[in-house]
Amino acid sequence: MKTITLTIDEKTVEATEGEMLLWVALDNDIYIPNLCALKARPLPDANCRLCWVDIEGRSAPVTACNEPVYNGMVVKTGTERVVRLQQTALELILSTHPVDCGRCGKNKRCELQKIARHLRTKLKQKRLRDISKRLPIDSSHSLFSYDPNKCVLCGRCIWVCKEEQKVGTLHFAYRGFAMVVTAFGGAPLGEADCTMCGRCVEVCPVGSLIFKNAEK
Amino acid sequence: MRQSSSTTDEKEIRETVAIILQNFSPLKENLIPILQSVQSAVGYIPQPAMKQVASFLAVPAGEVFGVATFYNQFRLIPPGKHPVKVCLGTACHVKGGNIILEEWKRRLGIDEGGVTQDREFSLDRVACVGCCALAPVVLVEEEVFGTMSPSAVEGILLRIRIEKERRSGCGGNEE
Repeated sequence: MKTITLTIDEKTVEATEGEMLLWVALDNDIYIPNLCALKARPLPDANCRLCWVDIEGRSAPVTACNEPVYNGMVVKTGTERVVRLQQTALELILSTHPVDCGRCGKNKRCELQKIARHLRTKLKQKRLRDISKRLPIDSSHSLFSYDPNKCVLCGRCIWVCKEEQKVGTLHFAYRGFAMVVTAFGGAPLGEADCTMCGRCVEVCPVGSLIFKNAEK
Repeated sequence: MRQSSSTTDEKEIRETVAIILQNFSPLKENLIPILQSVQSAVGYIPQPAMKQVASFLAVPAGEVFGVATFYNQFRLIPPGKHPVKVCLGTACHVKGGNIILEEWKRRLGIDEGGVTQDREFSLDRVACVGCCALAPVVLVEEEVFGTMSPSAVEGILLRIRIEKERRSGCGGNEE
């Protein structure tokens, strides 16, 4: 593994060739908004569309989570077009996410709050129509509760459940706006095969999966 | 009595799926072809069949559920005895297919994708049946009804009811 140098926002950093740009930046205290990425995951989904960056020599912004670094790479994280893409991606996510931070167990630890602050965007977006799901909260599990309405469909919980824990209980189901994270047949999570590892709750970036003892 | 018939159904479904699986190798990419075969043999994809397919392919059952719910072509509940398919392809759409669909919804009292309580009718929308010159088109079972109008819906329902009455008494396992 070769060590290489690249420039992110005028700062020269060292990295291992082939590492994903997002992690190189984050390791060097350069924040790039992100939701769906997990460092352990070799091939990210790149589904949240938040980690946009501009790379010199590339005509359009790219997502940092699946962009391998190379020697001499020049990256800019805060260009106007990058920020615009990120703001729009955040607005799209927020148009399906009930903003009720005061009563949310994840308040002040929520990735959406962090991203909104970074982008100087309001959490109550007004540009897009609100299409929150209004599904019932599943509190059947003894360890945690699951609010599908707050879910941003990043897929982190699904990945740790299947690939890291080799359990494979959580999955995406349905399509488009109806898409949800669920167990087989849409069964309540308390009745699903679960090893109680709690990893899905730990990786949830928002207040969708939340430990019961942390609530209130 | 109802329960015993449903357990025989389950056994039958398990055997049908087992026969279907013999024609496939246990590769993940066969999931959709397998589900299609199950649906054409059983009429829909029951949850026990999803589990059976999942263990055959060695994937979590939730993944099979995810695929089955992703695609419109897969039914998760049994179709009615007379499946009604309203075409909403381009030509039928232009000729007011959605009005025909509305009329079926109103007459049957179900939404698209639904089945009437007596399991007689199910209602679905399809995208092009392949006879656009007859638009708007409705399929009831395999029979094509062209140049549909909302008032024709009642005629079709009446005809099916009369046929059923004529057949009633002969044990009714009609196809």
